[in-house]
Amino acid sequence: MSKILVVTSGKGGVGKTTTSASIATGLALRGHKVAVIDFDVGLRNLDLIMGVERRVVYDFVNVVQGEANLTQALIKDKRIENLFVLAASQTKDKDALTEEGVKKVLDGLKSDGFDYIVCDSPAGIEKGAQLAMYFADEAIVVSNPEVSSVRDADRMLGLLASKSHRAVNNMPSIKQHLLVTRYSPARAEIGEMMSIEDMMEILAVPLLGVIPESPAVLNASNSGQPVILDQESDAGQAYADAIARLLGEERPLRFLTVNKKGFFSRLFGN
Amino acid sequence: MNASSHSVDDTDTAAKSSFLLKRRAHNLMIFELHNPNIVQLALRLKDHMSQAPNLFKNTPTVLDLAPLEDGFKVIDFPALTSLLDNHGLTIVGISGGTDAQRIAAARARLALFSSAGHAPPTEPQANPAQAEAPAATPEVSPNEKPIEVAPACASNIADDTASNIVLRQTVRAGQQVYARGGDLIVEASVNEGSEVIADGDIHIYGTLRGRALAGARGRKDARIWCHNLDAELVSINGIYRTRDSIEPDLIGKAAVIEIQQEKLIIRPLG
Repeated sequence: MSKILVVTSGKGGVGKTTTSASIATGLALRGHKVAVIDFDVGLRNLDLIMGVERRVVYDFVNVVQGEANLTQALIKDKRIENLFVLAASQTKDKDALTEEGVKKVLDGLKSDGFDYIVCDSPAGIEKGAQLAMYFADEAIVVSNPEVSSVRDADRMLGLLASKSHRAVNNMPSIKQHLLVTRYSPARAEIGEMMSIEDMMEILAVPLLGVIPESPAVLNASNSGQPVILDQESDAGQAYADAIARLLGEERPLRFLTVNKKGFFSRLFGN
Repeated sequence: MNASSHSVDDTDTAAKSSFLLKRRAHNLMIFELHNPNIVQLALRLKDHMSQAPNLFKNTPTVLDLAPLEDGFKVIDFPALTSLLDNHGLTIVGISGGTDAQRIAAARARLALFSSAGHAPPTEPQANPAQAEAPAATPEVSPNEKPIEVAPACASNIADDTASNIVLRQTVRAGQQVYARGGDLIVEASVNEGSEVIADGDIHIYGTLRGRALAGARGRKDARIWCHNLDAELVSINGIYRTRDSIEPDLIGKAAVIEIQQEKLIIRPLG
């Protein structure tokens, strides 16, 4: 039984694509067959983060419009078995995506035996974002710990509850998860960032994980390696924890507190 | 799927230069007609209006035919409008009435309002679909109004208990819930960027972070209770206070908001 996951946020630049890449990679590392789709038609990004940008021949829109079949368009990951990328089109207009077209592609992936289909949503709440979430079974709403990001996430949660395929057809509602990204414990401690508690209070959905602000994320993007593959880094480990929780395992939250330097180490600047 | 499709937005520039279409909510007088007999009505009006002869002058008025719905009374609209016009009541349209009465009214070039009236005057972003919802149809959710919505039934207006709304889930940014003709009870929080409106009272058992407007169609005795006050705006019967004019020491407290001597008072609970 395939599961469709949407990674969405409303606001741009919060880490949707980074998250989509790491979630898809993490699920594949656990042995699942995973496809990750870039819904951001016109602004191709996911292929870069996944490091497949030089192997894009056909894209999502080609499949939607029947110019290529799924087998031709799915780019197989070279690192991990069972991980495939469907890139966005950079040349096509974003109106190229239609509900029927998206459904056709998702149905095709389902019948190809994919366990998880991860939809990387564009920013905003317009057509592209709505199509990305429309057929979802579960949603990962990404938010940074700051007010405008939280408000947009709240808006997105409202849309998930009212305008998805499941909502429109009175089916069981989309399972929603909150993923906090770019969290800096030090800044939260001095009140420069919203606390996780405040975010959860406002958004009122279960917390899937907290990804700390980390230079590893930028390094990973630049090198086309999803950050979850960097298990030395705090961000990579935090994504691995999130995958475990997504699969129903219990994991304590990590990287929430400042690594307090002891008195002596502060004294000696070490 | 399209989130906001006001035709106004699509108007081409040529049309824009010669006119502009806008929506605006106006306060309208309601003339509830109990007996369509013109002669009797003329006598009663003369009697009634003689007490305050200049009370009305070109007052836009909606003829409410709800009391005449069970009979098959024929209404002479041209005679009726000219009679009321003589008393300063300019009939702009009708609400309620049987199909035959509504057809006759349309022939007399009167606008047809939905029987439950119109959008609340205090509510700045009246949803067009909501205002135009046909009489007996419960409002569907064209935008992000996910949740139970008041049945738009004329007979409910007088009976405040008939169309209360109870919401279990959080009201999220961008959502608007209107308890037409009744009270609104929210068991969760009302988030920033959302709006809850009731013709009666509003009870919020979570945190009120958004806007709450009670007594929206004119009820000075309406109140808002909330478990935790953190509102953007509160309003009763059109008298409002924004966040900036709420006493800081009341923020975060349980509070009741009511009108005392034409003033909006916020007092702590308990």
